[in-house]
Amino acid sequence: MMPAMQISMTVNGTACTHDVEPRTLLVQFLREACGLTGTKVGCDTSSCGACTVLVDGESVKSCTMLGAQADCAAVTTIEGLGAAGWHPVQQAFHEKHGLQCGFCTAGMVMAAVSFLEENPEPTERDVRLGLEGNLCRCTGYHNIVVAVLSAADAMKAAK
Amino acid sequence: MIPAGFDYVRAGSAEEALAALVEHGDDAKLLAGGMSLLPLMKLRLAVPTVLVDVGRLTDLTYVRDGGDHLAIGALTRHRDLETSELLARECGVLRAVAAEVGDNQVRHRGTLGGSVAHGDPASDLPAVLLALDATFVARGPSGERQLGAADFFTGFLETALAPDELLTEIRVPKAGADGFAYEKFNRRAQDWAIVGALAATFDGTTRVALVSMGATPLRARGVEEALAAGASASDAAGRAAEGTEPSADVNATAEYREHLARVLTRRALESAVA
Ligand SMILES: Cc1cc2nc3c(=O)[nH]c(=O)nc-3n(C[C@H](O)[C@H](O)[C@H](O)COP(=O)(O)OP(=O)(O)OC[C@H]3O[C@@H](n4cnc5c(N)ncnc54)[C@H](O)[C@@H]3O)c2cc1C
Ligand code: FES
Ligand code: FES
Repeated sequence: MMPAMQISMTVNGTACTHDVEPRTLLVQFLREACGLTGTKVGCDTSSCGACTVLVDGESVKSCTMLGAQADCAAVTTIEGLGAAGWHPVQQAFHEKHGLQCGFCTAGMVMAAVSFLEENPEPTERDVRLGLEGNLCRCTGYHNIVVAVLSAADAMKAAK
Repeated sequence: MIPAGFDYVRAGSAEEALAALVEHGDDAKLLAGGMSLLPLMKLRLAVPTVLVDVGRLTDLTYVRDGGDHLAIGALTRHRDLETSELLARECGVLRAVAAEVGDNQVRHRGTLGGSVAHGDPASDLPAVLLALDATFVARGPSGERQLGAADFFTGFLETALAPDELLTEIRVPKAGADGFAYEKFNRRAQDWAIVGALAATFDGTTRVALVSMGATPLRARGVEEALAAGASASDAAGRAAEGTEPSADVNATAEYREHLARVLTRRALESAVA
């Protein structure tokens, strides 16, 4: 085993410091060291997006990033989004039935939050392209797209 | 899947990165966005014992007007290219193709330099840089050198960069805002191209480059010659598979790739000129 290194990041607003091996993936750091199991591992090959979290506000696949690369960064997981009442994207997934089994949902919601930050007024096509890195085996995507468009409207109205 | 163990070194400057490469020799590998290297390490197809992380060299993250060319820092992310107004105005083709790479999550991390240094013939951006006759600036223990795109991509996942060199800058001509088209054929939106064809017209000539048609990105010289001699787009595109050596894999046979190259080249030429 390689010697451990100390990694510190702000996760959902709370400072987290752990000694881990350099090869520790960000998703392992979050799930195993921080105990935040809301972030899922689907494919483990950077294809499905289930592991999507925000690093300094931008979506990344946490199965394809080292914890060490997020050292000193601000990370947001699905647990952090809903801390102060539901985020409009979570609200919209609930209202528009944007999930079935729920395994893709944490990643899908985090990808959508980042996407809407970059594209506050998306068309349906923009949403479909913007979520191309996230796979869902249940819904057929229809209600996910409806939910993201609805969240965009809600967020615009709240501004 | 977890990579084999390695020592992690975070470089605070290009000089530190180069010193770490010299110190650790062949066992060391540079880590930029990690979008190509980490998947290989997780599959244990790459097993470096030292990773030199250059991901925070923000002084190598820029798109600058260099007078007769644009200069782009090697650590500039696909996302930065996609949103650069300077790039959209002066070299629209590179901006547009950067937006076609992978998905948002990949573009938030992957870098232009990483895409170039990885030397994957299925990557989109190396083909654009080949068509543009880009210049690559590399720094090594004995100083800086410039490499032309035509001599850069030497084989499958192989480039003219030495293991102890850091790619620092990519220079592209001011090819204008439009006059190009990229046809990327894949089955899932986020994927690499099964075949890609790029047509770009500037300086009065049309250049055509192909993705996934051999061990390296390729210029479709036969098509370019035919166009220069006055052939129609569809006649010229008929020569797109000349001199290529496409591989066969789960996605396509070699014959199908040759067919795709001709069809996609015709479409790219028709929309680039229209
Ligand atoms: C799900 C997924 C989908 C993708 N889809 C596409 C796609 O459709 N099209 C496409 O073109 N690409 C695609 N990619 C790859 C992506 O473009 C990568 O970002 C890029 O190939 C590598 O850039 P990086 O910064 O992540 O490099 P890294 O993975 O960090 O490094 C790649 C290699 O380059 C070397 N290197 C990196 N930077 C330098 C430097 N400055 N100097 C010298 N050597 C260096 C490293 O040592 C390593 O060998 C995809 C990746 C993923 C995970
Ligand atoms: S688990 Fe990370 S992309 Fe599928
Ligand atoms: S809801 Fe089951 S995978 Fe998306």
